[in-house]
Amino acid sequence: MLTIDQATFDAIVAHAKRDHPVEACGIVAGPEGSDRAERFVEMVNAAGSPTFYEYDSTDLLALYKEMDQRDEEPVVIYHSHTATEAYPSVTDINLASEPGAHYVLVSTREHGNNDGPVEFRSYRIVDAVVTEEEVTIVPTLTRSES
Amino acid sequence: MAIEVRIPTILRSYTGGEKAVSADGASLSALIDSLEADHPGIKERLIEDGDLRRFVNIYINDEDVRFLGGLEAELSDGDQVVVLPAVAGGAGNRVERAASF
Repeated sequence: MLTIDQATFDAIVAHAKRDHPVEACGIVAGPEGSDRAERFVEMVNAAGSPTFYEYDSTDLLALYKEMDQRDEEPVVIYHSHTATEAYPSVTDINLASEPGAHYVLVSTREHGNNDGPVEFRSYRIVDAVVTEEEVTIVPTLTRSES
Repeated sequence: MAIEVRIPTILRSYTGGEKAVSADGASLSALIDSLEADHPGIKERLIEDGDLRRFVNIYINDEDVRFLGGLEAELSDGDQVVVLPAVAGGAGNRVERAASF
């Protein structure tokens, strides 16, 4: 199960809506081994595409060095699909390289840049096997919810 | 000559869980052969058809090796090498399994 606080959930949705029709991407980092999605980091989609995303290689290194210095790991890796459902594509599955992360997909296909609900779903992707998991939104992360 | 190589989570099964290992080589190509000698199987996760895999990023002293000559990039004692899988994906089904990390 993914537990995520309302502010982080809202930030991911806002990013997806703002960047629509281009795919938005980013991570939420947390202390190693904690499974706590604490630090929201918006990334630039270097591909600038409605059907593909990729972090710029320089940004990627900076992100991982920063997480390393803070003893963090990627807890959530999110991106948006802008014309299709919020389910991992073949590309998503083949490129998933963080078996410990929650892969969050948001679909903006219904309302695009406008207000309105989005599909927000979370998955584990390990050895090309996709397992959907429940998403629980909490007002704030507390110790007991970690 | 000792060069520290930072290993990403997904490849730590080859390094006994170690986050960083030591390897040798005057070029990236030689360094990867040195890694392979100590951690069999790791090379094919980095290289395909004689070139770096598209969705693998390798950095020498914080510089992407694609700007340093790729596998021919030169190395010196004390250099630091970082290996990171690309974070990428998207709705298009254009990336086949073989091209991936």
